[in-house]
Amino acid sequence: MYSYSDFDESFVRARVAQFTSQVERRLDGSLTEDEFRPLRLMNGLYLQLHAYMLRIAIPYGTLSPRQMRQLALIADTWDKGYGHFTTRQNIQFNWPKLPDVPAILTALADVEMHAIQTSGNCVRNVTADHFAGAAADEIEDPRPYAELLRQWSTDHPEFQFLPRKFKIAITGAPNDRAVTKAHDIGLRMVRNAAGEPGFEVMVGGGLGRTPMIAFTVRDFLPVEDLIPYVEAVLSVYNTLGRRDNKYKARIKITVHETGREEISRMVEERFAELRPLFHGNDQTLLAGIREAFAAPAFRNAPVEAYDAFYKADPVFRAWADTNLAAHRNDQYAIVTISVKAHGQTPGDATSDQMRLMADLAERYGHSDLRISHEQNVILPHVHKSDLPAVHAALVQAGLGTANVGLISDIIACPGMDYCALATARSIPVAQEIATRFEELKLEHEIGPLKIKISGCINACGHHHVGHIGILGLDRAGVENYQITLGGDGTETAVIGEKTGPGFAYDEIVPAIERLVQAYLGLREAPQETFLQAYRRAGMEPFKAALYGQEGEKDAA
Amino acid sequence: MSRRFTPKVVTANRLREGDVVYLTADDRWSLLHSEAELIEDEAHAQLRLLHAASEKLLVVGPYLADARAGAHGPEPIHFREAFRTRGPSNYNHGKQADLAS
Repeated sequence: MYSYSDFDESFVRARVAQFTSQVERRLDGSLTEDEFRPLRLMNGLYLQLHAYMLRIAIPYGTLSPRQMRQLALIADTWDKGYGHFTTRQNIQFNWPKLPDVPAILTALADVEMHAIQTSGNCVRNVTADHFAGAAADEIEDPRPYAELLRQWSTDHPEFQFLPRKFKIAITGAPNDRAVTKAHDIGLRMVRNAAGEPGFEVMVGGGLGRTPMIAFTVRDFLPVEDLIPYVEAVLSVYNTLGRRDNKYKARIKITVHETGREEISRMVEERFAELRPLFHGNDQTLLAGIREAFAAPAFRNAPVEAYDAFYKADPVFRAWADTNLAAHRNDQYAIVTISVKAHGQTPGDATSDQMRLMADLAERYGHSDLRISHEQNVILPHVHKSDLPAVHAALVQAGLGTANVGLISDIIACPGMDYCALATARSIPVAQEIATRFEELKLEHEIGPLKIKISGCINACGHHHVGHIGILGLDRAGVENYQITLGGDGTETAVIGEKTGPGFAYDEIVPAIERLVQAYLGLREAPQETFLQAYRRAGMEPFKAALYGQEGEKDAA
Repeated sequence: MSRRFTPKVVTANRLREGDVVYLTADDRWSLLHSEAELIEDEAHAQLRLLHAASEKLLVVGPYLADARAGAHGPEPIHFREAFRTRGPSNYNHGKQADLAS
């Protein structure tokens, strides 16, 4: 795992000292709120509905056990004993008090973490495939590139005041688990005809009020061109991007208004100017970073105990079938720990759970933890013979739910329970859907189904790319939920299609149940997933299930 | 032509803690919506908002929220303001817990 260099360390410490003094000056009245607001946002501190919220970056979703324990300590000391993992591989604390924030940031700096650039119109936390370095289908671990991008973008003088925020996601595998096509820049590792690794560079994706799938500006970018090329994209966007209207300021709108061809031409032209200015220092840096991400020393040991346990214990088997993924070392498995127990808040982990996950990572997981954009925690390297012990420990801590990829593994933004921007609640909708399908004992029969819920048009809950997407809105002073179907956040990314009028708060869970019953009725075989069935049968049967055959359902 | 003015309360978050508070008629900041001053006159509402904005060491982001008279004092109209009187719905945190203890 990457460790801070002296430069990183002194930069983060200097920023903590700076912000500590800014907080003092706000509290003694030397700074007004108008002056202080941009400063606190630069350091990840928001003022939400009921309290402040501190958003902490977890670069490319990677955490050490020591860092996880420190997050638990922060939760216990300055918050309410839990943290919320987000769809951008951040963790949010919902109840910090302003005078305590400097102490929290100091505690973070002690474990090489910070909240810098988790807000504002800058390059945000670079997200990555949460199975990076472990996945069987991977070409190369994308995290060294993500770390290089983090170093390059942190406090980059040219890109601190972009037209709008800027999100980069990277995956080292052809199967996209990082939703790269819904990012301002998506980087997907591919090989060229000569077998060399490089990146497919995608630009202009984004969700929000104008959802768009990114277009490919370069089919193959040699890895050594990564930084100058990304810089060229940012540079073109920084010049062209609109600053007159915040709703038209993201790069997806710039691409849309300028045209793909013209943007591509401008990016290539700028790249031609920038490339000669890079003389290889970035590659020297990258080589050093790569060493920090060397694969762990995998154990070579028998796996028969796992096979026997798998055959003997149906509870373990159910969990293994849903929560394990193929590791590139076939004696190993990737464990997804569901932070989505039925009825609980998606993505919330208590401090005790964080400590347990840290212990398990240390004991069984080569001291590696990941946070997924789907708001779960990953142990990327677990030897199969250790899986029964890991499972038993997880079950005891309420973390053994066998639902990864199923209907109750819901992404939900904080919604109007916390967020000042939200137009409706999302968490209780997620809780009720999960509870309902647990009562019905249907979720394993339903199979893979991704529900994603956002509490406003900004789409932090990625509803546009949910197989079933739910968007909470305020319709004339009442919460109203719009449904989209057929969204897909993988390498075959598609924006979901609206079904029609929305549903009231107490109608949305029954509406989802009708959709799922319709799917169970029309699928051709249990292997046909919800998404496949939707693609085959189209919108009509689902519309009929939602609104009645004649579409006479009262419009909400 | 003039539309009837919807009564308002002045609300904000406390600078230090972030708690949701309401301006009372005697210039206190109360955690209780029911203790807020219910403002029935538009000009007076603007004056009270100006006063709130001057309390820079106490509160952040004051604004006027629609309210109506209730049996025990002003009540919120919009669901967002109703949530702000309590706290989140997924945990017993925030004012619903603090005020009960």
